[in-house]
Amino acid sequence: MAEAVESPGDPGTTTPRPLFAGLSDISISQDIPVEGEITIPVRSRIREFDSSTLNESVQNTIMRDLKAVGKKFMHVLYPRKSNTLLRDWDLWGPLILCVTLALMLQRGSVDSEKDGGPQFAEVFVIVWFGAVTITLNSKLLGGNISFFQSLCVLGYCILPLTMALLVCRLVLLAEPGPINFMVRLFVVIIMFAWSIVASTAFLADSQPPNRKALAVYPVFLFYFVISWMILTFTPQ
Amino acid sequence: MAAPDELAFHEFEEAANLLAQTPNETTIRSDQLSPKGHVAVAMDSGASYGAEDEVEESDKTVLLQEEKQQPGFWTFGYYQSFFDVDTSQVLDRIKGSLLPRPGHNFVRHHLRNRPDLYGPFWICATLAFVLAITGNLTLVLAQRRDPSIHYSPQFHKVTVASVTIYCYTWLVPLALWGFLRWRKGVRERMGVYTFLETVCVYGYSLFVFIPTVVLWLIPVPWLQWLFGALALALSAAGLVFTLWPVVREDTRLAAGVLLSVVVLLHALLAMGCKVLGWGGHRLGLGWGLGLLAPMLTQGSRSVLFLPAAASRAHGISPPSHLSACSHRVATHPAKVRGSLGRLSLQVRNCPQLQLPPLCPRPRLEASGPLLTFSLSDPRDGDWRLP
Repeated sequence: MAEAVESPGDPGTTTPRPLFAGLSDISISQDIPVEGEITIPVRSRIREFDSSTLNESVQNTIMRDLKAVGKKFMHVLYPRKSNTLLRDWDLWGPLILCVTLALMLQRGSVDSEKDGGPQFAEVFVIVWFGAVTITLNSKLLGGNISFFQSLCVLGYCILPLTMALLVCRLVLLAEPGPINFMVRLFVVIIMFAWSIVASTAFLADSQPPNRKALAVYPVFLFYFVISWMILTFTPQ
Repeated sequence: MAAPDELAFHEFEEAANLLAQTPNETTIRSDQLSPKGHVAVAMDSGASYGAEDEVEESDKTVLLQEEKQQPGFWTFGYYQSFFDVDTSQVLDRIKGSLLPRPGHNFVRHHLRNRPDLYGPFWICATLAFVLAITGNLTLVLAQRRDPSIHYSPQFHKVTVASVTIYCYTWLVPLALWGFLRWRKGVRERMGVYTFLETVCVYGYSLFVFIPTVVLWLIPVPWLQWLFGALALALSAAGLVFTLWPVVREDTRLAAGVLLSVVVLLHALLAMGCKVLGWGGHRLGLGWGLGLLAPMLTQGSRSVLFLPAAASRAHGISPPSHLSACSHRVATHPAKVRGSLGRLSLQVRNCPQLQLPPLCPRPRLEASGPLLTFSLSDPRDGDWRLP
């Protein structure tokens, strides 16, 4: 403030004057606007939350994640148009489902012929690369869903098909025959339809309206291939 | 033009003024289009509404020129421009590929200089999966009829089918495009298609194989060949009608060679699909069946071996008599071949013959994958039970 005020009357004086000497004589006629930034560090609740999760027990952490995964499973089983799957996406559920599917579908022994069922890696690659391809496809077509949200939805909607695989496994313990096959076919078809309905309930809104069918068709193909792998599964 | 305090009502006046002014300006601009090329429009596109209308109504190539200022290939927007299609457009293109007509060029009529990658990519993916699935289904149906066939899910077919089809849809158009570019360098009057348009043409032309492959499930052979020929005809006709306007400027020899190579490759693909789905499962029956060698030696009858996986016992009896032991006979002297595997051999003594009760001892020798054994004349050698 001292430099904004000129001492009137003697611009060229060279006598050194002590600082702030004539400050009491100074009067400021007009308002000088004050500008600046004032920041007050806010101790938000989030920071408290973060620091408290560091100290919580491992069981709490795991249970919280498991509950989130379980809640999303419920949302898939009873699909409503809600945004929970999209808002808090996570990839734990898809990983658990994919590993379960691949473990159960893989053919057992090494010495079986080369034209057998899929290996673990083949199922894994099909599920994840299929999901990535569908996500890229929907983004390229102009959808406004983020990459991981779409992966999350597609992965969670494999849940009905995994349940179908478990049922098929149990049914195959009984004697083989046409009735066996019809039961498995029926179960797989129902679960396939359920998967498609669940995933389109979440994904269809993010597409522009004149391209919805273009974005939904790859999802249909993806679940069809997984259903086919489940239906042709024969335990060795 | 408008006073700041009268903006609300002045907007219409502003637009009307502009539209009243622009008719003269647009006519001048459109005259400038033809001699100067299309850069003029891009530079003159001011904020006037009239100019925008003119751009949309003018030649399609103007739009192309404006779109050519695309983002670089490392951005996402570059690839998004290849997926700029609607559902109705994709369906229209598929219909155009299913029904080729001599006058209708697929590229000009259906693509209209907006090739997309959605169609080729997903049609190839669908075709690969449908091929693998129906190939598996035929195995299931064949097993119903003949329970000795060993069923397996045959997952490797998916890999083979998808690699083949994708390579075909991307490498053959690349070669074709390169060839056309070279010929254009030789003869400037030839038209040319861009690489994406060629990929589009090939991709959409494969669509007709999808219902054909499903129809191949019907186990009537002549019907299968009929469907295959029909699909090949439609698909190849689409390709030929698309390529003809481009190629007819060239010498007849080059045009003929090009078109016949295109059709031949397409036919090879169709045959490959059929073999993968339908021939494959027969060849997979343990490799004994593949070497079904009816080794006719001197005799008139031949020996048939069953596949090694389903090994049965055969009786080998001296030839002068159709033995009751089994319905397989061997010529004499016999040299029969079979492949290694669980080949079980049972030499039986046939009581009807007036031969020593002991059976000839076959001499076994194994050389490589073949197991050869020979029977000498029973009257010569040494009869002993094996």
